[in-house]
Amino acid sequence: MAYTPHTDPDRAAMLAAIGVAGIDDLFDDVPPAVRAAAWDLPAPMVEQEVRAELRRLANRNRIPDVSFLGYGAYRHLVPSVVSEVVGRAEFSTAYTPYQPEVSQGTLQSIYEFQSLICELTGMEVATASHYDGATATAEAALMACRLTRRERVAVSNAVHPEVRRVLATYCSGPGIEVVEVPADLAAGGTGQTDPAAAAAVLDDSFACLIAQQPNAFGVLEPMAELGQAAHAAGAQLVAVVEPTSLAVLEPPGSYGADIVTAEGQPLGIPMSFGGPWVGLMAARMGAVRQMPGRLVGATRDAAGRKGYVLTLQAREQHIRREKAASNICTNQALCALAATAYLTAVGPAGLREVAELSMAQARHAAGALRRAGLAERRFTAPYVAEVAVTVPDAERRHAVLAAEGVVAGAPLWRDYPELTDTLLLAATELTSDTDIERLVAALEASR
Amino acid sequence: MSVVDERVDASGRGAAFASPEPGEALTIVEPLVFDHSRPGRRAVRFPVASDAARAAGKGEPALPASVQRQEAPRLPEVSELELLRHFTRLSQLNIAIETAFYPLGSCTMKYNPKVNEWAARLTGFTDSHPLDPDELAQGSLELQWLLAELLREISGFAAVSLQPAAGAHGELTGMLMTRAFHRSNGEGEQRTKVLVPDSSHGTNPATATMVGYSVVTIPSNERGGIDLGALRAALGSDTAALMITNPSTLGIFEDQIDQVVAAVREAGAIAYMDGANLNAILGRFRPGEAGFDVMHFNLHKTFSTPHGGGGPGAGPVGVSERLAPFLPRPLPVLREGDADAVRANAWAGRETPGARFGLDWDRPQSIGKVRSMFGNFGMHLRAYAYIRANGGDGLRGVSDDAVLAANYLRVRLADAFDLPYDRVCKHEVVFSGRRQKRQHGVTTLDMAKAILDHGIHPPTIYFPLIVEEALMIEPTETESLETLDRFVDVMHDIARRAADEPEALRAAPVTTPVGRLDEAGAARRPDLRHRFGPDPVPESTEGG
Ligand SMILES: Cc1ncc(COP(=O)(O)O)c(C=O)c1O
Repeated sequence: MAYTPHTDPDRAAMLAAIGVAGIDDLFDDVPPAVRAAAWDLPAPMVEQEVRAELRRLANRNRIPDVSFLGYGAYRHLVPSVVSEVVGRAEFSTAYTPYQPEVSQGTLQSIYEFQSLICELTGMEVATASHYDGATATAEAALMACRLTRRERVAVSNAVHPEVRRVLATYCSGPGIEVVEVPADLAAGGTGQTDPAAAAAVLDDSFACLIAQQPNAFGVLEPMAELGQAAHAAGAQLVAVVEPTSLAVLEPPGSYGADIVTAEGQPLGIPMSFGGPWVGLMAARMGAVRQMPGRLVGATRDAAGRKGYVLTLQAREQHIRREKAASNICTNQALCALAATAYLTAVGPAGLREVAELSMAQARHAAGALRRAGLAERRFTAPYVAEVAVTVPDAERRHAVLAAEGVVAGAPLWRDYPELTDTLLLAATELTSDTDIERLVAALEASR
Repeated sequence: MSVVDERVDASGRGAAFASPEPGEALTIVEPLVFDHSRPGRRAVRFPVASDAARAAGKGEPALPASVQRQEAPRLPEVSELELLRHFTRLSQLNIAIETAFYPLGSCTMKYNPKVNEWAARLTGFTDSHPLDPDELAQGSLELQWLLAELLREISGFAAVSLQPAAGAHGELTGMLMTRAFHRSNGEGEQRTKVLVPDSSHGTNPATATMVGYSVVTIPSNERGGIDLGALRAALGSDTAALMITNPSTLGIFEDQIDQVVAAVREAGAIAYMDGANLNAILGRFRPGEAGFDVMHFNLHKTFSTPHGGGGPGAGPVGVSERLAPFLPRPLPVLREGDADAVRANAWAGRETPGARFGLDWDRPQSIGKVRSMFGNFGMHLRAYAYIRANGGDGLRGVSDDAVLAANYLRVRLADAFDLPYDRVCKHEVVFSGRRQKRQHGVTTLDMAKAILDHGIHPPTIYFPLIVEEALMIEPTETESLETLDRFVDVMHDIARRAADEPEALRAAPVTTPVGRLDEAGAARRPDLRHRFGPDPVPESTEGG
C-alpha cells in the first residue's frame, strides 16, 4: 500500500465505527467458492527501486541517433511550455467536467481546442477528442452511415493501413461492408487515388468515401475530385488529414469534406510508443447531433457570467444508453490540451515554419539520395513532408542501418507487397542537415 | 447581485475581465486565448531551411498552387509568458485530486503517484517510435509484456491485450470478441442479445449496440444484486452475453456471482465483467478464476493513472482460454528466453540476458485492431510502476483500505441520508437524497452544488439510474481519516441546511468562479466554437 495514509490506529477506529471485527468481515459477500486463490505477484518497491526498474526498461529501448521514420507518428519539437501546461496537476488530476462550476479550466480549454480544430480544418464543429486518429476515422464512418442510413463504406487503400485496420474492426460488429478503392501504386504511377476509380466503386449504397490528405505515402490526393465522386453518389467525403500540413494545405472545409479526422499526435504530443495520442474530428453543424464524443458549449450563469458546459449530451451513452451515437466516455482530454497549448505556442507563423521546414527537409533528403544514385522517388505526384523512394535491396539495408542507429524510414512492402524495395522517408523540423548526410553516408556504405 | 460592474470573479482566483462591449452585462472569468492574441506576437520559433538544404531539394516537386492554403489559420499569437498565464489561470478554475477531496463515485479519484509521471517523461519512452524495428524497442515491448503478465495474475485470466484506450473501448473489444466467438461456433446469427442489469453504466448498453446487438435490461433485486430469476428467464439460445459490473455500480459485490456465471455459461453465452470497479476486490476475487470470459480493466481507476480532465485512460482486456484466439493483434510476446526467468529477473529489477521480445501478428482468428499501434503506452508504464510500487500485498491493501473508507462513510452518513441498500459495500456507497427532496424540496443536485462551496468535488449524482436522487460516494484509499471526517461534517451540515435553509442550497454554489450554468440554453443554441468577427462562411443549418 504504497500510497495510503492510514495508520493502524486509523484503521482500528474505522473498523470500530463500522462495527466489524476485522477487514475480512467486509469481504464476506464474496462467495467462498470463488474467493481468490493466492496470487504470485512481486514484492513492493520503494521509490528509488521503482525508478531503477523503469529506467532499466527505458534504457532497453534504443532511441535511434537518426530517424526518418514517420508513417503515422512523427518526431516533432514538444515546446517546453506545452509540457509545463499538461504537467499541471489541476488539469491532469481532474476528470470529465461533470460539475462545470469547478471545471471551467478544463471546459474552456476544450472549447478553445474545438475552436482551433475548426479553424485549422475549415469546419464548423469539432469534438472534444477521440482515442486516436484511427478510431476517430472509424467513428466518422459509422457517423456517415447514421447520417445517410446506408451500410457500406469506401476507403482508398492509400489511407494509412492502421486506420483501415481499425475501420475494418469497428465495421465488423454492425456488419458494415468496407470496400477498398485501389490507389495507383504501379511503378511510375502517381501514388494517388484516381477519382474515376472511386466513382466506379461508389453507388447509392455507400455512406462515405474515406481518403487521406496527404495519403499514406505522403502524396497529395485530388481531394476535390474525390469529394465530387462521393457527393455524386450521395455519399459523404471523410477526409483524414495531418494537422501540421494544414498550415500550408487548403483546409478540408474548402474542398467539400463532410467529416474531417486526424491523428493529433504531431501537435505537441510525444510518440511514446504509440500513445496516448489524440483523435480529432470535425464536421458541419448540420451533422452535429450524429457526432460521437463529447462537445463543450458556451453559456451563461444566472448572473450573466460566461461559462462552459458539456452540451448536446442527448447523443451520449450516459443519457441515451443503447441509443447513443457512440459508447465513448473517457477520451483523451489531456492530449487535446497539449494540442491546444501547442497551437497557441507556435501560432500561425510557427505552424507554417514547422510545415515548411519539414517539406524542405523531405525534398533535401529525396534530392540528396537521388543525386547520390542511392534512391529514386517511387511516385510521380507531388508530396508534402514524406516521400516514398525505392532503394535496391532495401530490406537488408534497412536492417543494417537500424543496427547502426539509423532508421531509414518505413518499409512499405510490409503493408503493400507491391511496393517492393520502397521506403517512406519522413522529415520534420527536427530533421537536420547532418541527419540527411548521415542517412546518405549510411546507405552508401551499405551498398 | 449586480454583475455589470462586478470586475472580480467570486473565487478571486481568475482574472477579472469585463466585456469590452458597452452595455453588455457580461463578466468573463478568463478571456479566451484568442482574446490575448496580437498580430505578430510570437512564442516558439523554428529555424528556416539552410541554403544547402534548399539547393539539395531543387528538382523535387513543389507544392502545387492549387492545393495551397490561401489564408493562414487564425491561431492565437501570444508570448510564452502570456500562454503560461492563460493556462495557469484556467487550471486554477479546476478542482482536481491534487487540490481537493474528489469522491466522484465510479471514477476512483485516488492519488496519482508522481514517480509514475517521472517515469513517463523518460526520453527512452517518449521518443520511442511505435514502428521502430523491434530491436530498438525492446524496453517498450518488455514493459508491455510484463504488464500483461501482471494483469493476468491479478485478474486470473488466460491472456491480456493492452490495446484498448479506455474502459468503454475495452468493452467494445470484449463485445467484438464475443461476436467473433459465436460466429466461429456457427451461432453468430442466432445470438443477438446482450443482457445488462438496470444498474449498469451507460457504456455497457451503448457498446452492445455498437457491435450490432440488441439490449435486454435485467432488473435488480431488492438487495441491490441482479435478479437471478429474471436473469435465468432471459438467458437462452439467443443470448450473446451478459455484461455485469462487479462490484456493481451500487458499490455492492454480487454475492450470487458464482450462480450468475454458471447460468450464463450454461446458456452458452459469454460472461463479461465490467472491471471498472476492480479496485475494490484486488486479491479477493479474480474474475478469470471465477469463470468470467472477458473483463476490461480501467488502468485510470484501479491502477492510478491520472484522469487528465477526461482521459487519456487505458482499458486492457483479460480473456479466458476460449476467447484468447480472438484478442486484438498484435500481442507483445517473448520471442527468445524463458518466461519464468524473465519474470523472476524483472521482479528483482534485473535484465535477462538474451531475452528478446516481439509482436505477434500471426493470430488468424483475431478481431483485428481496435486502435492504431499498441494502445496508450504512456498509461501502461504508469500502471506498471504503480503495481511494482505496491506489490501483491500492497494491491490487496489498496482494496482493503478503499473498502474500509467507503464503509466508514456508509455508517457515518447513514443518519443523514437514505441508504436504499443498507448492507456492507465495497469501494463506494450509494445514498439517496429522496428524503431531502420530499421533505424540503432540496434535490441531490442542490446538495452537490452546496458541496462545491466547501471546496470539495461532489460525489457522482443521479447514477446509477435505479436509485432515486442518487449520491454515489467513492472516497478511495488515499484519503486520510481527517479528510473523511471533514467530509462527514460537511455532509451533515448540508443535511441540516436542507431542512433549515433550503433556499440557500438551491442558490448554491456561491464561491465558485461561475454559478450554475444554463445547460438547457447551451443545448438549444449550441455555441461550440469561437467566432472571429463576422463569419465569412455561412453556417449550414443544424438538424440532421
Ligand atoms: C462501471 C463503469 N463502466 C465503464 C466505464 C467506462 O470507462 P471509460 O470511461 O474509461 O471508457 C466507467 C467509467 O466511466 C464505469 O464507471
